[in-house]
Amino acid sequence: MTIWILRRLFQAVLVMLAMTVIVFVGVNVIGDPIEILISPDADQAERLRAIAALGLDKPLWEQYLRFLWGALHGDLGRSFVFNEPALRLIGQRMPATLELAVTAVLMAVILGIPLGLLAGLYPNSLFGRAAMAGSILGFSLPSFWVGLMFIMVFAVQLGWLPSTGRGATVTVLGVPWSFLTRDGLAHMAMPAFNLALGNIALVLRLTRSGVRENLPMDYVRFARAKGLSPQRVVFVHVLKNIMIPVVTVLGLQFGSTVAFAVVTESVFAWPGMGKLIIDSINVLDRPVIVAYLMMIVLMFVTINLIVDLLYTVLDPRVRIGGAE
Amino acid sequence: MNPKREITPFRRFAADYAGNKLAVVAFLGVVVIVFLAVFASFIAPQNPYDLAQLDIMDGRLPPGTKSGAGWVYWLGTDDQGRDMFSGILYGLRISLGVGFGSAATAGVIGSALGLIAAYAGGWVETAIMRLVDLQLSFPAILVALMILAFLGKGVMNVMLALVIVEWARYARTARAAALVERRREYVEAAECLALPQWRVLFRHILPNCMPPLIVIGAIQVASAILLEATLSFLGLGVPITEPSLGLLIANGYQYMLSGKYWISFYPGLALLVTIVCLNLVADQLRDVLNPRLQR
Repeated sequence: MTIWILRRLFQAVLVMLAMTVIVFVGVNVIGDPIEILISPDADQAERLRAIAALGLDKPLWEQYLRFLWGALHGDLGRSFVFNEPALRLIGQRMPATLELAVTAVLMAVILGIPLGLLAGLYPNSLFGRAAMAGSILGFSLPSFWVGLMFIMVFAVQLGWLPSTGRGATVTVLGVPWSFLTRDGLAHMAMPAFNLALGNIALVLRLTRSGVRENLPMDYVRFARAKGLSPQRVVFVHVLKNIMIPVVTVLGLQFGSTVAFAVVTESVFAWPGMGKLIIDSINVLDRPVIVAYLMMIVLMFVTINLIVDLLYTVLDPRVRIGGAE
Repeated sequence: MNPKREITPFRRFAADYAGNKLAVVAFLGVVVIVFLAVFASFIAPQNPYDLAQLDIMDGRLPPGTKSGAGWVYWLGTDDQGRDMFSGILYGLRISLGVGFGSAATAGVIGSALGLIAAYAGGWVETAIMRLVDLQLSFPAILVALMILAFLGKGVMNVMLALVIVEWARYARTARAAALVERRREYVEAAECLALPQWRVLFRHILPNCMPPLIVIGAIQVASAILLEATLSFLGLGVPITEPSLGLLIANGYQYMLSGKYWISFYPGLALLVTIVCLNLVADQLRDVLNPRLQR
């Protein structure tokens, strides 16, 4: 077991290292940092001095080691635009993104599981069919366009919700949060729901197929034969067995939700790190791009690691299989 | 027996497919959309890239307004006075071209690597499949974003990014199918004939792996079109000179708040219909081609 965990940790570190190589090569070999860092009207001597100062005259492997050393010490360079450490910039924007992503995942749970239960219990009813058709639509809808339509309907025509921005925030532990104020919640409603749409469809389908698979099983028949109420059979016995795949997928999905927030944040001008990265790509602010990519890769590797470890705790079959 | 009545595999397939009316409608929808895109220059009332045909005075007209030349802007005009209907037809051409092109290229590369992984085994298989796992553990939008951040925008770069994003799923599917097929007797027979390995792999095993690959292909075309539109909307995709549907939607964004909905609404509707049709076709193909469900 310990060996398995150590091996899994080692794998995670390897993936992280591979990603630093990819990002480093992408930025420094495919793109030319000299062109961006040094002003075009600098003369030859100035250019050479700047190249030497940045260490760009060194062999590539040495540059990579310097980059890695800096990354390990939390130094990924300074943003050209904001003239601040790139990592601090990402850190400042991250709470807004996480707030949005967590709300979206919560919405998916609150709406997706009950709808999926209903669709699974009554698969041939009008509702069951409508839920399945709706979930296909949930996957097919271009999310950014749906966001625009939300703005069109709820902000421009009905005037119920504010169209863009984050609204009033309350600072807790030095970080501003929107979900603590009415205004902030109103600003968050549309982007969070927009981001949640795909997840709602996913959770609905997972829950539905889980119910359909579990209902004919022996333990359900036994529980019914024992005289348990139908509510108890569904909400305690069946639901418990459905939750494992749902929780796993949602855990993995959280990372994608944060990545996909790039789109939602651009539509609703939500000041998170997704909007920052798009702005940075457009002005070629490479340290910020690198910092964002490294942060998000770290997040993914961590989430995958946690899900894998939780699996061994939750499911004895994986534990035994992995120990071999 | 009348030879015309013979039940060929294709006829059986077509009959199975026609079992779902919605899927038939979706298939016809795809045909119409492809037709509109291919013949855009004959169908569109205006060439949206010919500046001589644009009248800036016709900018931002609502749907149904008459143009200066006497015909009607059924879907309105954008800020340049460009007929939205014509813009959508030409945009469809770019969206579909990028979608089908990248999905097909990724399909060839991914399937070949998947087959090779299954047939070669050993470290080749480990190397290819580890790469697949690594890539599929990150969402497509992130991988595409990363590649475009390195390369910059442009039609070729978007297609390259989409190919890199999509090959992995084909490789996984092809390998899974090929692992089943290579144990079959016809493969053994082909090997006994001392046929070269590439021939066994690509002429004998590959055709039998096609059904799942076709299903994946249909889904991948839809997701490539969607991803391209998303990237173009973010300003990372196609350049302004070759506006796809995503870029058309982005152009309408700033006019949204003043209530001029049509500049974003109609291109989005075209995108939505295209993707729903493709997904419905893929769904039905999966049911028809799945041997487990065969009656």
